[in-house]
Amino acid sequence: MLLRHTPKEITERKGVTINPAKTCQPVGAMYAALGVHGCLPHSHGSQGCCSYHRSVLTRHYKDPIMAGTSSFTEGSSVFGGQANLLAALTNMFTIYNPDLVAVHTTCLSETIGDDIPQIVHKATEDGKIPEGKHVIHCNTPSYVGSHVTGFSNMCTGIVKGLAKHTGNAIDQVNILPGWVEPSDMREIKRIAKEMEAKIVMYPDTSDVVDAPQTGEFKMYPAGGTTVEAIASSGDSIKTLACGSWASEDAAKQLDSSFKVPYEVLDIPVGLSATDRFIEALANAAKVPVPDSFIAERGRLVDVIADMTQYLHGKKVAIFGDPDQLIPMVEFLLDLDMIPTHVISGTPGKKFTAKIKELCAEKAPNVQVQNGAQSDMFLLHQWIKNEPVDLLLGNTYGKYIARDEEIPFVRYGFPILDRIGHSYFSTVGYTGGIRLLEMMLGAIMDRQERECSDIKMELVM
Amino acid sequence: MSEKRKLPDPSIVKEEILAKYPPKIARKRAKSMVVVDQTVDQEIQSNVRTIPGIITQRGCCYAGCKGVVLGPTRDIVNLVHGPIGCSFYAWLTRRNQTDAGEEGPDGENFINYCFSTDMQDENIVFGGEKKLKQAIQEIYEIFKPKAIGVFSTCPVGLIGDDVHAVSREMKEKLGDCNVFGFSCEGYKGVSQSAGHHIANNALFKHVIGNDDTAPKGKYNINLLGEYNIGGDAFELDRIFDLCGINLISTFSGNSTVSGFERSHTADLNLVMCHRSINYVAEMMETKYGIPWFKVNFIGAEATAKSLRRLGEYYGDADLIARIEEVIAAELPGVKAAAKAVLPTTDGKLAMMFVGGSRAHHYQELFAEMGMTTVSAGYEFAHRDDYEGRKVLPSIKVDADSRNIEELKIEPDETRYNPRKTEEELAELEKNGLEFSEYKGMYTEMADQSLIVDDISHWESDKLIEYYKPDIFCAGIKEKYVVQKMGIPLKQLHSYDYGGPYAGFEGAKNFYTDIERMLSTTIWKKLKAPWLSKETDPCICAEFVA
Repeated sequence: MLLRHTPKEITERKGVTINPAKTCQPVGAMYAALGVHGCLPHSHGSQGCCSYHRSVLTRHYKDPIMAGTSSFTEGSSVFGGQANLLAALTNMFTIYNPDLVAVHTTCLSETIGDDIPQIVHKATEDGKIPEGKHVIHCNTPSYVGSHVTGFSNMCTGIVKGLAKHTGNAIDQVNILPGWVEPSDMREIKRIAKEMEAKIVMYPDTSDVVDAPQTGEFKMYPAGGTTVEAIASSGDSIKTLACGSWASEDAAKQLDSSFKVPYEVLDIPVGLSATDRFIEALANAAKVPVPDSFIAERGRLVDVIADMTQYLHGKKVAIFGDPDQLIPMVEFLLDLDMIPTHVISGTPGKKFTAKIKELCAEKAPNVQVQNGAQSDMFLLHQWIKNEPVDLLLGNTYGKYIARDEEIPFVRYGFPILDRIGHSYFSTVGYTGGIRLLEMMLGAIMDRQERECSDIKMELVM
Repeated sequence: MSEKRKLPDPSIVKEEILAKYPPKIARKRAKSMVVVDQTVDQEIQSNVRTIPGIITQRGCCYAGCKGVVLGPTRDIVNLVHGPIGCSFYAWLTRRNQTDAGEEGPDGENFINYCFSTDMQDENIVFGGEKKLKQAIQEIYEIFKPKAIGVFSTCPVGLIGDDVHAVSREMKEKLGDCNVFGFSCEGYKGVSQSAGHHIANNALFKHVIGNDDTAPKGKYNINLLGEYNIGGDAFELDRIFDLCGINLISTFSGNSTVSGFERSHTADLNLVMCHRSINYVAEMMETKYGIPWFKVNFIGAEATAKSLRRLGEYYGDADLIARIEEVIAAELPGVKAAAKAVLPTTDGKLAMMFVGGSRAHHYQELFAEMGMTTVSAGYEFAHRDDYEGRKVLPSIKVDADSRNIEELKIEPDETRYNPRKTEEELAELEKNGLEFSEYKGMYTEMADQSLIVDDISHWESDKLIEYYKPDIFCAGIKEKYVVQKMGIPLKQLHSYDYGGPYAGFEGAKNFYTDIERMLSTTIWKKLKAPWLSKETDPCICAEFVA
C-alpha cells in the first residue's frame, strides 16, 4: 500500500495539512505571466521558489519554462531585496532581452515587506528598464490563498500594468480564460473565431508552453497575448471572466479602472457551462450563434445519450481548484453521475455553498470541503468510508486510486505523468467529449480488467 | 575506446559569453569558467552567490536539506513548517525509491506523504509556533512515528519561530518520538549545499549514535551520499550482498532512521557524493574513529575499483577473493554491453552540468562508451569538489558560509574507537588507499575542456552552439530547453525516470539508455521536409531577440 498509514477513522486536525490539494501563490503568477508574449516571469525571493515553480510547470508541460529569480541570501533577507531586484532587472534585460518582465513576490519578500512598485520606480529612474520595455508586478504572498490566488493576482497585475483606456471604445470582448491549459485557450479562441466574435484573451499560454519542436529553442515563443492587445482591453465593450477565483479580480480591475463592464462565468467545462459561455459570448459580442454550434453541441449530447448506462449513478470523488470543480460537478450531474466527495485546498467561502446548491437535488449527500486542512488525506479517508467508482484530480490522485482500486482520470494541475492536457482541450463541447472519452475509458477498462471471463463483452 | 585527447580551445566562446554580460558580472563569471590546463593549479570559483536574474539551475537551502538528505528516509515524518508550497514541491519529486516491504506490509513508509503546517497570514503576523506544536501533536496521534523532522522555510526564520525549542518541548512531551528541527530557511547559503550541511549536522546531533546494537555482519560499513535514485542503492545492496559486506545504513537512499541510529557501529564509511555528506563522514571519524574514503559506483570500472579498495581496507584474504569473484562474474557482461553500444557512442561528445558529484562521476560512464566530456560543471559544489580537498585550508569562509553552523566535535568518551591504528592507516595509504581524500572533478578532465560552475541559461545556450554536443546532461528545468535545440538531454537528477545507473547492472542500463537517446529517429526528423535541408537542426539554437 502506498498510503498505508492513512486510517479510515477521521480525526479533526487544526495544525497539519497532509497531502495538500493546493500549492502556493507564486507558481500561479508565473504561469499567468507566461501567457503574455515576450514576457520573462521573475520570482522575487529565494532561488528555491523559482526553481520549484519552473520544475513543476516543466514537468506538467514537458516544455521550457523560463523565469528569473532575485536569488535572495541571508543578507538580502535582513536588508531587503531592492539591490537584488535592481540587479536582476538589469541582467535580464541585458542578457535575455524580454519585451517585459513580470515580477511576483514570495513569502520571503512579502514578510520583509519589499515594496515592488517603489523598486520598479527606482529601476525606471535609474534607467535600468530599456526604452519601450515594461515591468509589471503583483504580490503573491504564499501564506494567503493558493496557486489559484497567485494566478488571479498576476492577471490583475497584467491589467494594472498594461491595459490602457483611450476613450475610443473598441468593438471587442475581453475574455479572461482562467487557469486553463494552452489547449483550452486555443479552443476558446477557436470558438470565438467560429462565432466571428472579436476578442482579446489573456493570459494565453497556447504556443508558449506547448511550443513546437522545430530544432530551434525560442526563449520567447510565438504565443502569448501581445502587450498591444492587452493595452486595448481597456477600450473593450465587455469582459467575460471565466472562473470567479482566477479571473474575477482582473475583471473588476478592468471595470474600476476603465469602466469595462464584466460578467463572471464558469469555465466552459461540460454541457451546461459551455451553453452559458456560448450565449454570453454571443450577447457580449453581439453576434448570432452559428449553426455549427448546434452540431458541436449535438455531438456531445449524442455521446452522453449513447453511453449513459456506464455513467448513470456512478459515484465520483474529485479534488482540485474551485473554478474547475464547479463546472465539472455540474457536468457530472448532467451525466447523472453522483458527485460524492469534493475537496479543494483553495479557500473561499462560496465554494461549498455553490457545490451544495448544484448537488441539492441529485446528490444531496455530497461531502464537500475547501480551505484549511481540506487535503487529499481527508479525501482518502472519506473514500475509505464511502467508496467511489471514479476519482478525478491531479497526478497525486494515483496513489489513492491504486490503494483503493478506483478508476482514475487526471484532471487539473499538476499532471506530471501523462501527456494530452496541453494538446486536447477539456473546455467547450468538444472538450466535453474528451472528458467523456477519458472517464468512460477508465470505467470500462476497469470493468474489462475485473470481470470474469464469462462476463467479457465484445461490444460496449 | 577513444583516448583522452586535447580538446579545441574554448577561450573564444568564453569571451563571447562574457561579452554579453554587464562588466561587473562578466568579471565575476569569468572566475567560474575555467579552461582546463593540467600543467598549472587553477582555481575554480564556486559556492558563491548566484547573480540575480541570470537564470540559474540552483535551488535553495531548504531543498538541499529536506529534499536531499532526509527526503529518502522512510520511517520519519518530515514536517515542513511554512506556507504550503515548499512541502508540495518536494513531494515525491526526487524519486528516491524505498522498499518498506522488508519490514512487512505494515513497515513504516511516510515517503508518499506530504506534511506541512500550511502557514497562513495570521501565523506570519502572530507567530507559527502554536500551530507547529499542534501539527506535531496531530501527526503523533495519527501516525505514531518514531521520529519527526521539522524543516524551517524562509518566513519561519524571519518571524523568529524557534523550531528547535518547539521540537525539544514536543520530544519531551511525547516521550517516545524523536522530534528535531532544521534551520534550513531557503535564503541561507547560496544553494542547496547549505541545506546538506545543516541536514548533516542535525542527523549527527539527533540521530547518529542513538542505538549501540552491535552489527551482525563480519564487514560492516555505511555508504554515504547515495540517494537511491532509480534504485541505485538496490543495485549496490545486491553487490555488497554478493561480496558478503553488511551495509548498516545508506545516507540516504532506501534509508531508515533506525539504520542511521546504528551507523556509528560501522568499521568504515564509503563516501559517494562528497559534497552532500562529507560532513557526516568527517564528524563520525572524529567522534567514533571511523575512517572514510571516497568511492564511485558510477561506471563498471569505477565500481570494481571501489570494491577492491574495500577489500584492501579489510586486508582479509577471504573478502578480497570474494570481491574478485564478484568482479570476475559481473564485469564481462558489462564490458560486452559497453562494446555493443560502441558503434553508436564512440567518439560522441557529452556535456554535463549537474549536482555536486554526478557531473564528475558520470564522466566515467561516458568514457566507458568512448564518449568525451567536453564541458562540465556543478550546480552547488565547492572548490574542493573541483580541485580536491587539498584546497580546503585555502577556501575563504565568506558571509554566506559563516552563518551555517560548524559543529565542534570531540571524540566520544566511551565510544571513540579508532578502527585502524595510525600505523595501519599509513601502511594502507602507502599501498594506494587514500583516506579522507577527494581529488575532485578537475584532475580527470581533459586539457582545454571547459569547467563552468553554476552555469546560466545564456552560458549553456552558447556552449551548446559551440560544442554541438551529442548529449547534454542536466535537470528537469533544462531538459526541454536543450531538447528544443535538437539535442537529447539526460536528466542526471531523476534519470528521466529510468535507472538504476549505479554498479554493474546500472552501467548496462546507462549504456543502453544513452545508445537509445543517441539513435532516436525523431531527432533526424525535426524539420518539415519541404523546408530547406541545408541547416543542421542541432546547431541553430538562437535567441529571438
